[in-house]
Amino acid sequence: MAELSARPEGCALVTGASRGIGAAIARSLARDGWPVAVNYRSDGDAAAGVVADIEQADGRAVALAADVAGPAAADELFAGAESHFGVPVLALVNNAGISADNLISLLGDEEWQNVLDTNLTGAFRLTRRALKSMLRARFGRIVNISSVVGLRANPGQANYAAAKAGLIAMTKTVAVEVARRGITANAVAPGWIDTDMTSGVESGLIVNIPARRPGTPEEVAACVSFLVSDAAGYVNGAVLSVDGGLAA
Amino acid sequence: MSATTEQVESRVIETLASFGPDISLITRDATFEELDIDSLDLVELAQVVEDDYGVILKGEDMKELKKVGDAIDLIVSRAE
Repeated sequence: MAELSARPEGCALVTGASRGIGAAIARSLARDGWPVAVNYRSDGDAAAGVVADIEQADGRAVALAADVAGPAAADELFAGAESHFGVPVLALVNNAGISADNLISLLGDEEWQNVLDTNLTGAFRLTRRALKSMLRARFGRIVNISSVVGLRANPGQANYAAAKAGLIAMTKTVAVEVARRGITANAVAPGWIDTDMTSGVESGLIVNIPARRPGTPEEVAACVSFLVSDAAGYVNGAVLSVDGGLAA
Repeated sequence: MSATTEQVESRVIETLASFGPDISLITRDATFEELDIDSLDLVELAQVVEDDYGVILKGEDMKELKKVGDAIDLIVSRAE
């Protein structure tokens, strides 16, 4: 039986990690022993809080500002993470996401484009940049945070759904392109998770969730930790639903 | 940064050998196909070349490369 490959020295980069699911992922990966770059767009205080939490638990972290929708963000983030920790980024979690919901008849070009730029194009550019060091290291973990709406329809979210379904397709393509270099690319598809992003969702919708409750960011982070771990080395191109049965 | 043809040739051959083929088979006239060097290997070769010589090879450059010598000549010409 082939041995599990030993993980080369590297760090993790989590985008959109100042709060919600991203913050939980950053904390979880730090607990797993990864030095973690905590990317944020605008809330530097919240990102500093995540870094402080990690350091208090004897982990290593750095907060890095960048809007992943920008064309220079990937190079800036990788340079920042790699110069701070002195090792390449070998785990990338594309979590940064925005929503701008509207029925498609009312959806503006800008609402469409902004969501695609952040949620899909940003992940593409970061993945392309990440593969440079992952290919040479013969090891890499890419986890893309998709959504249940990438798997089943939700009225009012055509832009978000297109981006999240696109992430799943990109994940699978990356997986088959680079699997033979010890690199895995997987997606996690959260359902309704209790975060700021879902705070406006009507609680009456809970009846649609088989588990009859929203999930927690930590429940999503646990799945990401698994997919990044050595134990998941043979899991590639998968979509792991974390949704209380919503997509089943 | 400029590099001599010999330096580039030696770096390219060493890198290609790390992808699997026996180093004795890696000559200037050998084709990537007969060495079983695939497109992902060439992407990685391009990364090594960028790191070592600052030469950026794009997708359209790579498509034209058939033989080991083609890659060496292209890199040397760009590194000048």
